[in-house]
Amino acid sequence: MAAVRTSSEVAFNRIAIAAVLIATLIFLAPIYWIASTAFKPKELAVSVPPTVLFEPEVTPFVRLFTKRVQMQKTVDPQAYEAAPWWEKRIYDGGERVLKVGKDVQLSQYPDRFMNSLIVAVISTVLAVGMGTFTAYGFSRFKIAGEADLLFFILSTRMLPPVVVAIPMFLMYRAVGLNDSHIGLIILYVAFNLSFSVWLMKGFMDEIPKEYEEAALVDGYTRMQAFFKIVLPEAATGIAATAVFCFITAWNEYAFALIMTNRRAQTAPPFIPSQIGSGLPDWTTIAAGTFLFLLPVAIFTFLLRNHLLRGVTFGAIRK
Amino acid sequence: MASVALTHLDPASRAAARGWSDLTIRNMFIIPTLAFLIVFNIFPLIYSLGYSFTNFAANRSEPWQFVGLQNYRELLSDDHIWSNFVITAKYVIVSVAGQMIVGFGLALLLNRSFPMKGLITTLLLLPMMMSAAVVGLFWQLLYSPSWGPINYVFGLGDFAWLSNPDSALYAVAITDIWMWSPFVMLLSLAGLSAVPQHLYEAAAIDRAGWWYTFTRITLPLVSPILLIALIFRTMEAFKTFDIAYTMTTQPTAELIAIRLYKQAFQQWDTGKSCALAYIVLIMVLAITNLYVKYLNKVKER
Repeated sequence: MAAVRTSSEVAFNRIAIAAVLIATLIFLAPIYWIASTAFKPKELAVSVPPTVLFEPEVTPFVRLFTKRVQMQKTVDPQAYEAAPWWEKRIYDGGERVLKVGKDVQLSQYPDRFMNSLIVAVISTVLAVGMGTFTAYGFSRFKIAGEADLLFFILSTRMLPPVVVAIPMFLMYRAVGLNDSHIGLIILYVAFNLSFSVWLMKGFMDEIPKEYEEAALVDGYTRMQAFFKIVLPEAATGIAATAVFCFITAWNEYAFALIMTNRRAQTAPPFIPSQIGSGLPDWTTIAAGTFLFLLPVAIFTFLLRNHLLRGVTFGAIRK
Repeated sequence: MASVALTHLDPASRAAARGWSDLTIRNMFIIPTLAFLIVFNIFPLIYSLGYSFTNFAANRSEPWQFVGLQNYRELLSDDHIWSNFVITAKYVIVSVAGQMIVGFGLALLLNRSFPMKGLITTLLLLPMMMSAAVVGLFWQLLYSPSWGPINYVFGLGDFAWLSNPDSALYAVAITDIWMWSPFVMLLSLAGLSAVPQHLYEAAAIDRAGWWYTFTRITLPLVSPILLIALIFRTMEAFKTFDIAYTMTTQPTAELIAIRLYKQAFQQWDTGKSCALAYIVLIMVLAITNLYVKYLNKVKER
């Protein structure tokens, strides 16, 4: 801009910033609604008019993690007194927590959450590990048909999940990998590998090759140079790639819906299946959604300087 | 890119004399990945290409028969499938156009310095990082005709966004616009910040108007990156499954990916769905080709 700013420019600038703030509020409103519903008393989740301010409670999370049944008669006062605070909250709602002996029965949610964690972490480690080696290969060595190979790698990422899922479902059924962690991990590695190669290649290209040349002159083997010089230099890139792969695997829905139904089911197909019939308990669903979205929100802030690179497969770096 | 390659892959190089040759290392680093992708992506596709010429049904044990091109012929003359493609086209146009306008608009507004700009930009990017299936589910509550905040805020009474056949598709598109405008915004911001300041200064000296500066300087310089955003979002919108599948069951919002899912895993019409999968695949690969071409163009600048 010109050094001297006219008053109309200043005014326009202010209007633009005000507009940005309003837009930010609009974009965050749905997320606020999820987060706030997770802390609402049941009746306020579906109140008319919608409740924006209220006294938060953690009861939805207690409901999320426990198996409960509707109580036929009122609770025995002695049992109520003896119950811990969280169990009282359940009694207050006219329900009781199911137990085997003294052990509280957990709902399916922690199980599904763990499945998501296992599948996302293992598939991320494999995809980023393989991707890092391959990216180094593409970055440093002459490869016949390099552009075509890279296109081939990227194109596997673009395949619509349902298209790949049909034959994979049949093949998994034949070898007994349906509804297994390994089956889902393989699919997620295949899905993230191309992304990991492309993103890591961008990071590898930025590491000056003179570093390794100097190491080779100093008597390192190529492998030593790779592990001792290149990998430490690429640490930030590896971390960013890993977080992206984790988020993709964590959020993935279509493969999980088709390939799993009980044992290995992850949270994304599980959470919508909670809706069931009748009036859904939105506070419990919101509590599950909130816990599920929280890691991604935190990772988004950690990744903020690499987001552009990530969503363009490393092509645009700023 | 070829200039990056630093060695001649000489099996008898000095480094090789001390350890593995570069050739060995290159192969060791690259072949497992290619093999993995071939086994788990290409092989299944060949497998389903074979099935696309049969009347195989995965839920029955009777032997299947070779039916030649019958599946493809039936699909291409099936009005139902065509209407799925029309629905998908409508969805792609509305949702991508919305994302381009909102995203680029936000980027224009954000393209100035103000306090907490970094924080606000990151907050705006949150929707696109989240699980479409889970967030889509929650939009059901936001759209609810009886207690949804959207109808309350806009005074729409009991308008049933997701169960009204006329509005279901557009309700899903609005959610998609909410999710993915930040993507367009992120790319546009990068494009805008790369426009050399001296061009604006020159335009200011020439007393060029806002519109002139925008159409003659900003747009031409940002358009390559906008094109990338456009192609990528078009491809993704064409493949949309999660968000529409969790939000509504309206037949008027049955995108081609949902049709494919139902045909394959609810009707178990496996042979025919393999054929439909191939039709979808060819379309996606055509867009991917275009995408990579423009991606490489921007990369080279």
